[in-house]
Amino acid sequence: MSEVFTTAVMVAVLASAIRLAVPLLLAALGETFGQRSGVLNLGVDGIMLLGAFTGYYAVLKTDNVWLGLLAGAIVGLILGLASAVIAVTLKAEQGISGIGVFLFGLGMSDLLFQKLVGTPIPISQFPQLDIPLLSDIPYIGEIFFQHSLVIYLAFLSIPVATFVINRTTFGMKIRAVGEYPDAADTLGVSVAGVRYATEIIGGTLAGIAGAVLAITLGIFQQNLTNGAGFIAIALVYFGAWRPTGIMLGALLFGFVNALVLELKTQEIIPRDLSNIASMAPAIITILALVLVARRFRAPSALTKPFTRGK
Amino acid sequence: MSVNLSHQQRRILAYSIPVLAVFAALLFGAIMLVLLGANPIEGYSEMFVGAFGSGNALIATILKATPLLFVGTGIVIAFRANVINIGAEGQMVLGGLFATMAALYLPDLPAIIMVPVILLAGLAGGALWGWIPGMLKAYYRVNEILSTIMLNIVAVQLMSYLLRGPLIDPAEIEKGTRIPQTERLMESADLPIIFGDRFHIGPILAVLCAIATYYLLWRTPLGYRLRAVGLSEHAARYAGIPVRRTIALALTMSGALAGLAGAVLVFGSESHRMVTDGSTMGFTGSAGFNGIVAALLGGLHPLWTIPASFLFGGLIVGGQALQRAVQVPSALIVALNGLVVIFVVAADRYRVKLLTTDGRDEEIADDGSMPLDDDDSALGSVYDAAPRGTESYGQDEFGEDPR
Repeated sequence: MSEVFTTAVMVAVLASAIRLAVPLLLAALGETFGQRSGVLNLGVDGIMLLGAFTGYYAVLKTDNVWLGLLAGAIVGLILGLASAVIAVTLKAEQGISGIGVFLFGLGMSDLLFQKLVGTPIPISQFPQLDIPLLSDIPYIGEIFFQHSLVIYLAFLSIPVATFVINRTTFGMKIRAVGEYPDAADTLGVSVAGVRYATEIIGGTLAGIAGAVLAITLGIFQQNLTNGAGFIAIALVYFGAWRPTGIMLGALLFGFVNALVLELKTQEIIPRDLSNIASMAPAIITILALVLVARRFRAPSALTKPFTRGK
Repeated sequence: MSVNLSHQQRRILAYSIPVLAVFAALLFGAIMLVLLGANPIEGYSEMFVGAFGSGNALIATILKATPLLFVGTGIVIAFRANVINIGAEGQMVLGGLFATMAALYLPDLPAIIMVPVILLAGLAGGALWGWIPGMLKAYYRVNEILSTIMLNIVAVQLMSYLLRGPLIDPAEIEKGTRIPQTERLMESADLPIIFGDRFHIGPILAVLCAIATYYLLWRTPLGYRLRAVGLSEHAARYAGIPVRRTIALALTMSGALAGLAGAVLVFGSESHRMVTDGSTMGFTGSAGFNGIVAALLGGLHPLWTIPASFLFGGLIVGGQALQRAVQVPSALIVALNGLVVIFVVAADRYRVKLLTTDGRDEEIADDGSMPLDDDDSALGSVYDAAPRGTESYGQDEFGEDPR
């Protein structure tokens, strides 16, 4: 037992918690934009998987991690646009169409991997970028300031998202469309336009999240995300549709994942029980949903397609 | 465009829309096949022959359609009560596990007792896995889409744990191969074969369940309550219907039918074991998701779900034949499956539009009042209802506790 609680191990677990939180954070942040405007995109996991594969493939071919990110973002953007067509224009039942997007992403990413790559070849990962001075602080430095640039940027996107949603005209339109689409429409805001924009933002961020995941792990395999996209959607509820809440939730999940991983490698959790330990994120999600569901209210137009004059 | 159509024409068009959506998805699939360097015409003809071309193919299709019909029937119940059950995958797993445990731990009894016992065990397992999100939705306002997805994840881990540990075939430990599967389950629990060497009673049970569900929904007070809650929670509450209990019950029944599908999968399988590859889809073949599509194809009507499941079963069996014939990775079938889901769901609104604008104003249903005509409401969909799943969040939707 003792070796889990040494400071060195705890510091490593916390640092890895931050790294593991980032894909969840980015995907959940993207989903927040969509949900605040009234669209539930359940296909995040599928978009992440395709973003992960294209990101992986781009790095494999060019050996440039930033091109990998860009490739993931482009695929995410296209799929975000497709999701918008399905949910906004065709007004599909959002709870189910997203499952279709998920299955498509799951199958397609695997198919492309088998056709274009075949055997898993490791790729280069993000270079570590220590923040001068700050990274030298004992413990704190190792936990917070010895990551790659992507990790810092992901956390920087939290205040940016908060600002955009709460302080800009675009953010106001998003909230108006998500709460009172009829009123917004009357005032000349294009409900469909705003929702297209938020779905594209959400898709792009999900694509980036997938690429970050693949490049951080340096590998791609079938169902790489293992349900991370669904956890990300739950995080939006958990974080009460606010970027800061979502960040806290993502960090909590990153921590749980890092801890379970560490306990498994140290065989404190016996191998036979590792499946039981893997239930932790899903069970915590359900408990968290129970706690927040009564306290916070979802955007009133969430999952409701908008038709003028109804 | 629909203005000039007669009543009859509209109906026919409405029923052909989901089928057209499937064809649209297959057209998309044809493009993918071309990109993969395969001949789509050859592929699709193999698909058709593989699904419907011979007696054997038809039996395979019917057996594949069986879990879809169980799940789809459950989905119809949930949808009619305005609940979206994405958790059938996990409910099937729990049903399979409960039924397997019943067979492993109970003494060997005659088949006439064992078969009903394992089916009931499966029913109970699925019901439990539906009851949890049902209670959470009804009493804690937890979105059922999210909770059922999470419970799918819990179910697959539970299955892996049990089949690698407590339930593993002792022979696997001896050999050291440790394949996560049970021993060959007792023969008295095998689903009785009706004809041939593998056509068991499962399909008959599924059809009976669909007929019973039709009767339940339109001929009993409980069915009336379920549909009333689905059309308008407010109106249902004013009518004195216990809304929360009805919502929880809808998900429980939906789960129970999925659980039955899980039990039938295990005891109707050729190996008569429960096996896992570490994913839900490895056990269910995505029937938990495809059952939703079958229900939508069937216009959310239990009886129409029977032919819809048959068609969808053919699509899956044919898809496997296609994949073998033109030598493409099986991942293509998963991707195609996703496209079919998207196209059918996206087209569903147009089907509903054709039916609801028929003869009476769409607004009537959307105001939350009850449609007067029984027959028409049977052909409608969850979109007729004003309140939708997620919006009941934190809003004053439930009023006081009916307990």
